[in-house]
Amino acid sequence: MTIITRPRDEAADSEVPTGQAAHHMDMNPIDLGRIEALQVLDEHGNINQARDPGLNDSELLAVHRAMVLTRAFDSRMLTMQRQGEMGTFAPNLGQEACMIGQVWELTKQDWFSPSYRSFGAQIQRGWPMERLFLLWSGYHQGFPPPEGVNDMPFSIVIGSHVLPAVGIAMGMRRRDDNDCVVVNFGDGAMSQGAVSEAFNFAMVDRAPVIFVCENNGWAISTPTKLQYATDHLAGRGVAFGLSSIRVDGNDILGMIAAMREATRRARDGEGPTFVEAVTYRMSLHTTADDPTVYRDSAESEPWESRCPIIRFQRYLEGRGLLSKDGAEKVRSEADAEVLEARERFRKIAKARPREVFDHLYKVTPSELEDQRNEYLSRLDRKGVD
Amino acid sequence: MPQKTMVEALNLALDEAMSADESVLIMGQDVGVNGGVFRVTKGLHEQYGRDRVMDTPLAECGIIGTAVGMAVYGLKPVVEIQFSGFTMQAFDQIEQNMARLHNRTMGRFPMRMVLRTPYGGGIRAVEHHSESRETYWAHTPGLKVVIPSGPRNARALLAAAIDDPDPVIFYEPKAVYRAFREDVPEERETLPIGTSQVVREGKDLTLISYGAMMRPAREAMEDLIDEHGIDIELIDLLTISPMDGETLCKSVAKTGRCVIVHEGHRTCGIASEIIARINEGAFEYLEAPIKRLTGYDIPFPYFQTEQYFLPDADDIIESVRETMAWE
Repeated sequence: MTIITRPRDEAADSEVPTGQAAHHMDMNPIDLGRIEALQVLDEHGNINQARDPGLNDSELLAVHRAMVLTRAFDSRMLTMQRQGEMGTFAPNLGQEACMIGQVWELTKQDWFSPSYRSFGAQIQRGWPMERLFLLWSGYHQGFPPPEGVNDMPFSIVIGSHVLPAVGIAMGMRRRDDNDCVVVNFGDGAMSQGAVSEAFNFAMVDRAPVIFVCENNGWAISTPTKLQYATDHLAGRGVAFGLSSIRVDGNDILGMIAAMREATRRARDGEGPTFVEAVTYRMSLHTTADDPTVYRDSAESEPWESRCPIIRFQRYLEGRGLLSKDGAEKVRSEADAEVLEARERFRKIAKARPREVFDHLYKVTPSELEDQRNEYLSRLDRKGVD
Repeated sequence: MPQKTMVEALNLALDEAMSADESVLIMGQDVGVNGGVFRVTKGLHEQYGRDRVMDTPLAECGIIGTAVGMAVYGLKPVVEIQFSGFTMQAFDQIEQNMARLHNRTMGRFPMRMVLRTPYGGGIRAVEHHSESRETYWAHTPGLKVVIPSGPRNARALLAAAIDDPDPVIFYEPKAVYRAFREDVPEERETLPIGTSQVVREGKDLTLISYGAMMRPAREAMEDLIDEHGIDIELIDLLTISPMDGETLCKSVAKTGRCVIVHEGHRTCGIASEIIARINEGAFEYLEAPIKRLTGYDIPFPYFQTEQYFLPDADDIIESVRETMAWE
């Protein structure tokens, strides 16, 4: 495993934390440019046996189905948005291996804190698709994580969910729970000071959290070369003392291998890990975006051959686990599953204007009750249920 | 009853909460071994250990953000931000998460946490150490804002804030921290959040204040009664949000005149909201315009001039006499 790690100073683990001793300083600059990305499956579907996480046949097929379902959901959301049935959302075409790989190793007791481009991961974690349809079409009831799913709602303000995720992990460590937290964000979020603070708090507290940065090359129209001045982001984790790894984010087996090691470290009390997953935003920032204004198609074209699903299908075909017809069947079944969820969504989608005051406080203060009563009488006057 | 300073009374409330409930923990800069820069958490680190009285890295946003996560996980963090002027660093986490997560998740996750922080001027401090920006938090849906004025109500309100199921911003008037001692009962005591206190009943004029300004307000009240024969009704707001408009309107309906005193800036200050409430609830009883005696709309001055910026008893007496003279 090519986890890049800095050996811990034993003194720092003693009861009273101490600073790094001066003699550990090394005046030779560390060449972080040499950090290489972990890859298990290459673009042609060839496997590096030494790093294969060793999933069994049914697991391999389940991973494939989950990625195909992610794409089917993404595609249907786009259609629904263009037809006016869905609000603005952030497609995740091409990032399916990141989506599924980052949560594959998690248990029900573990926590996941998504970004707004994480719905493949959310589906994998147990969010019913109709709930995600509700969420993206503006119904409040789509926002809370379902009962029994230890997920946070995503945050809209970039990077603002990362510190609370660290706080959950700090809580786990205090309760000696053997669980961990995965928190997901993009390359743009790495410019937020709060994310650097999160790295530092996690490391100082040895919190069992895994930071997954999906570096998809773009933050709306801002390319990574304007976002940061290094060759990669993994080095920033190293600077905070985090074990850090750069992974080919379009390689589902690479993602799973990295997350397996990262979750093991978290559970064994070895602290946080930073995973930089290198991928590419094949589609739009959001449905309100037009990348042709700022992005040359010559840049995105090579990434089409790096498609995480095609690559994995080649591998499965090579192993005799999946035929061309079989892949087509998985795809059509996923489409059907999404359409069934859309039907359920259409049945339950109902705005509840009378409830907008109900959830702000656990116990609604009486002065807010007065405002609610005023608002309800306004609804009565307009004849709104 | 033992006599305590506000610092000692707050320490007592924290100690009681931590010993009664294992999920209560303290986070902040220098709150551990050092006991906090004002010593409010003194001795708690030794008693409860570093995982429950946690010295954090120096990042206010990081402190509030991680405390939010702990609250989601079912713990009850009581966070200390060293000076309220530094809460601006954490504005994002307070606004995006502390105030909203309960609503965002339709109550799926608890958000029981308290943000304690000293506020206000009068201690000859450097810039950013004297602010009274309670308006920010009163303007933020989802929070409660509490400001005690003395040792006894500080202890009782902090206990109530830690018990509260919703997030509370708890502003501590640092000018009062060690200014005087007061009887604080040994047995645990709480005061309801959202209720103001009529400190003295009177029939001529309602004087409303809170926090550190309650001291000059009391001083002015005594002078006004003794020297000027004005029968003052004094109200200590105690909770800024949710505001106890009922108590305020009831008083003004009786007296017909009102003066409001606070350190915070005037425009959109707490007095503005109080005036709006009285306008809605007691307009027909008013015999004079409501007077607000507040901080001005300039940054808090450097400390050689702070005594002129902060309202004092003389200024309050002047404002009250002016309001009484209005016909």
